[in-house]
Amino acid sequence: MIILEDVSKTYSTGAPALNNVSIHIEPGEFVFVVGDSGSGKSTMIKLLLRELTPSSGRIIVNNTDVGRLKHRQIPIYRRNIGVVFQDFRLLKDRNVYENVAFAQRVISVPNRQIRKNVPSVLSLVSLAEKYKSRPRQLSGGEQQRVAVARAIVNKPPILLADEPTGNLDPRTSWEIMKLLEQINRDGTTVLVVTHNREIVNAMRKRVITMKKGIILSDQKKGSYIDEG
Amino acid sequence: MGYTFRQGIKNILRNKVFSLATVATISACVFLFGLFYAVVINFQNIVRTAQSGVAVTVFFDEGIEDARIQEIGQEIGKRAEVSRIVFVSAQEAWDSFKDDYLGEYVDTFGDDNPLADCANYEIYMNDVSMQDSLVGYLQTIPGIREVHKSANVANALSNVNSLVAYVSLGIILILFCVSIFLISNTVAIGITVRREEIAIMKLIGATDFVVRAPFVYEGIILGIIGAGIPLALLYYLYDNLINYVLSRYSVLSSILVFVSADEIFYTLAPVAVIMGVGIGFLGSLFTVRRHLRV
Repeated sequence: MIILEDVSKTYSTGAPALNNVSIHIEPGEFVFVVGDSGSGKSTMIKLLLRELTPSSGRIIVNNTDVGRLKHRQIPIYRRNIGVVFQDFRLLKDRNVYENVAFAQRVISVPNRQIRKNVPSVLSLVSLAEKYKSRPRQLSGGEQQRVAVARAIVNKPPILLADEPTGNLDPRTSWEIMKLLEQINRDGTTVLVVTHNREIVNAMRKRVITMKKGIILSDQKKGSYIDEG
Repeated sequence: MGYTFRQGIKNILRNKVFSLATVATISACVFLFGLFYAVVINFQNIVRTAQSGVAVTVFFDEGIEDARIQEIGQEIGKRAEVSRIVFVSAQEAWDSFKDDYLGEYVDTFGDDNPLADCANYEIYMNDVSMQDSLVGYLQTIPGIREVHKSANVANALSNVNSLVAYVSLGIILILFCVSIFLISNTVAIGITVRREEIAIMKLIGATDFVVRAPFVYEGIILGIIGAGIPLALLYYLYDNLINYVLSRYSVLSSILVFVSADEIFYTLAPVAVIMGVGIGFLGSLFTVRRHLRV
């Protein structure tokens, strides 16, 4: 469960990024957050990842008050959140298998378990046969699927995707969205920040529209609306 | 732990040029340290050998009884400054003088002993810097007529010894700081190169230890390699140099008493390894703490 209660965030420059935002996301939901640049979408992702702390208000994720986390508690908290970025952020000097295994190694999963989990999750994203390839040998869509595999290999209850289709062509974007939908069907809460109007309109999921740090609309089976 | 250690090794192999530069720097520092250490130890050994021959000589009042001379010897022997006392009788003093200075003219003195009142104690000290306090004490003992000391020799040796020790210590400290600075730069570059990877690690939920440990291991491993190479080189060079000098200039062996390579390395090897590991550990730890706000 993700709860934002009257959350505001003002950067040290004085620019307000979020202004009294309240959102309630149930476990297992699939939510799009849409809005122009500067609407506060990325700030929200950073707050949920505890890269930033709110200036005011409360953020509760899986019963944890994120703003009150001590420094040493942050890594444990982040293990419950998978994250996918627009630019994939893969390790270029490692192959597909090692990129996914990396997520397990840094949290000290035993090797025997890694050897089971990684092929399984690579099969899920249809990249089992490319486990030896380096990122530069893969297409954009394949790279993003590796990033998704890395985000879910630790089986987090929540998956955050920040513009996951921003660098992909429409067909590949659809593949990624279908993959995220499948992950959501398996029980993971998925929150996708996107600009992709076609996909948002076609998928008929909950859509939160933001503008200049406030929520313009929150629709159950919504569509991409122009903020005007 | 196994993963972070392997990452430390991979870091070294990934940044071969920087790793080599770091090893070369630490090696240079440890080599110079070893060189100074060997010089200082040998110098101290030579000074100690020379100092052990420096003695204070005391002469007694005319007509003093043998029993009193023995008492005085026992009193002096109790002093902390004294390492040993040698009694030289008047006859021994004369015999020695004859041997040293008279040669063929010795017969002109017949059976007379011109040094009849020159029985004395030669007093050897634990440390020549204590000479002044010992002489001050000796001059207060009843029955002692005269105290001869070797102030200049003793002070000069003591001063040179201190000077060499201080200069060496200063140079070693400077080298230590330079090494830490250089290893810190190497690790900082490693962190910059891996910034993306570190950011991903943090987002995935790696603890501070997992993020920092590879860099610290990297520093320690480079420190051990950087200490091992110069130690081996120094041992080889030192051993060969001593053998060469002693075989080529055998006349020096009575003046220059070299400390054996094994004796030097018994202390130098662990100290150099600790120094290398210390430089690697401290250099990387400071850098990681400064550049890695995880």
